[in-house]
Amino acid sequence: MDFMQILQLIIPAAIFSAAPLIFTALGGVFSERSGVVNIGLEGLMLMGAFTGALFTILGEQWGMGAASPWFSLVVAIIIGMLFSLLHAVASISFRADQVVSGVALNFLAAGLAIFLVKKIFDAGQTPIIQERIYKTDVPFLSDIPFIGPLFFSSAYYTSYIAIALAFLVWWVLYKTPFGLRLRSVGEHPMAADTMGINVTKMRYVAVMLSGGFAGLGGAVYATSIAGNFSHATISGQGFMALAAMIFGKWHPLGAMGAALFFGLAQSLSITGQQIPGLKEIPEVYLLISPYVLTILALAGLVGRADAPKAIGQPYEKGKR
Amino acid sequence: MKLLKGKWASITVPLLSVALGLLVGGVIMLVSGYNPIVAYAALFNGIFSNTYVIGETIRQMTPLILSGLAVAFAFRTGLFNIGVEGQLLVGWLASVYVGLQFEGLSPIVHIPLAIIAAALAGAIWAFVPGFLKAKYQVHEVITTIMMNYVALHVVNAIIRTYLLAPGERTDQINASASLQSPFLESITDFSRLHYGFVVAIIGAIIMWFLLWKTTTGYELRSVGFNKYASEYAGINVQRNIVLSMVISGAFAGAAGAMEGLGTYGYMTVMADFTGVGFDGIAVALLGANGALGVVLASALFGGLKIGALNMQSVAQVPTQLVEIVIAMIIFFVASSYLIHWISNRVSKRGKI
Repeated sequence: MDFMQILQLIIPAAIFSAAPLIFTALGGVFSERSGVVNIGLEGLMLMGAFTGALFTILGEQWGMGAASPWFSLVVAIIIGMLFSLLHAVASISFRADQVVSGVALNFLAAGLAIFLVKKIFDAGQTPIIQERIYKTDVPFLSDIPFIGPLFFSSAYYTSYIAIALAFLVWWVLYKTPFGLRLRSVGEHPMAADTMGINVTKMRYVAVMLSGGFAGLGGAVYATSIAGNFSHATISGQGFMALAAMIFGKWHPLGAMGAALFFGLAQSLSITGQQIPGLKEIPEVYLLISPYVLTILALAGLVGRADAPKAIGQPYEKGKR
Repeated sequence: MKLLKGKWASITVPLLSVALGLLVGGVIMLVSGYNPIVAYAALFNGIFSNTYVIGETIRQMTPLILSGLAVAFAFRTGLFNIGVEGQLLVGWLASVYVGLQFEGLSPIVHIPLAIIAAALAGAIWAFVPGFLKAKYQVHEVITTIMMNYVALHVVNAIIRTYLLAPGERTDQINASASLQSPFLESITDFSRLHYGFVVAIIGAIIMWFLLWKTTTGYELRSVGFNKYASEYAGINVQRNIVLSMVISGAFAGAAGAMEGLGTYGYMTVMADFTGVGFDGIAVALLGANGALGVVLASALFGGLKIGALNMQSVAQVPTQLVEIVIAMIIFFVASSYLIHWISNRVSKRGKI
């Protein structure tokens, strides 16, 4: 097996498994940049995966054909936004501990999704969806030598959407007034309030954006990777996205890079057995590498990661 | 509305939250076409109707108490230990490892040895986030979550490499390390009740004593109230942060020993987390981070989880309803500001 073949095995798989992580991590960037910790990404992703599987099946029944999974992605964004409202109301309006509220959201999502699956399908998991998001060769670009086969053939459109969105989120957060306001609310809410920014409203918007993105991430996972929804579909991807966001230093492009890297580690742990030289490395090192790297990054050993200043604190008007 | 002020608040808010949580569960059942009265009656019967379910409820409570104590202990020092799940897994593995070694030891030596090994493993696992928090101000929530996944994969790898028996699990531990008891099983109609609940109660007493009757406990609580004031008063804040995490991890490890030495007597390769560590967060919150509160909250959640089985078979309501109820209870406890706000509104108008 030559080097090119190895790359062709690893890189598309990495981009493929990174896509849901990128979406969800971008959502995390919005929420945490506005000063609201979102441990609930896992739960939001779980609701997204459930919605993705459910509405793809419904779309098939309603005769939507190949458009069904795309339809389900849109519904998942909406459901994710609505579901994240619970976290927003509890942690912004009722000043609940943001971590606790996020944990509760995860519990609720796990319970509610399986409850509904059992109610609707009378089984522990949804049926396998027929219309999945399939691999395609990107026209023209896949013909480019070297780069083409690595990055543009047998790839998923959702992966490109994820990468494009990362740049869009970067632009929104760093080049628009809205982004500046959102970040200022997370750094120094009182100063932002003095300048006439509605802190509560900005945080609500940020948390709902995170819900939409995480819902999309979950639905993409269900419709491209998993193919159905069960209790084991989302097990830790949301937390891995959280890790990617932190490893990427709360920056959209950093989060995307970290998610791609974690995707690489995941794909290596699966395909590693076929690659000479990697066979000797026990799988466990690849499995734990995203988490260990995140801890090291936080400890300042792999570049200092600083959270937004006001993260985790409910904003109370007039409090000094 | 006196009930929401002063010393009664610590009891009223949890009780109100439980009531509201059950109410939301009832509404969800109504909306999805189940009969909430039949379901809740079945749930209640599923907790109390015979000795078997009572035995199972106590068994379910046992690790919950210890994981709740772990979360609560760290809370008292102002730390949020979401890593109980991972500490529990390494504790489980350590207890099973010790249980597999040492042929022919007396149970009086072997059982404590295995539990101490589990506590030690959990403590070491929790030391990492504690150290990073004290030394580098790294937020413990993130590190403990990451440590959970490291624990899951490392524990699985160790079982697969060194301890594998047929069926993706370890061998059964030696009888001398087992907490299982034919006597307890026979008086509870052959439930899986084991002597672990004694360990859990001792754990609750240790936590109460440590926090409220020792200088160390005073320092730990003081750091939880105000780090800066504590430091000014000459308390070593960093040392206390590490200590709090280590003790919390020890409780979590002991919770793992309850599964390893009691309920199962072995450990399987885990596809996913047990959930006991995460439930510990709910238990600690509802129990207001007190030893007695944790025991009572474990009884409630343990009972709900066992009762849910009967609810499913009698009223066809999926067991996950109980998870929804527990999640809503956490929301309501965490949003106690809402409850206070409503009570202030009502009392200002001069009613009640």
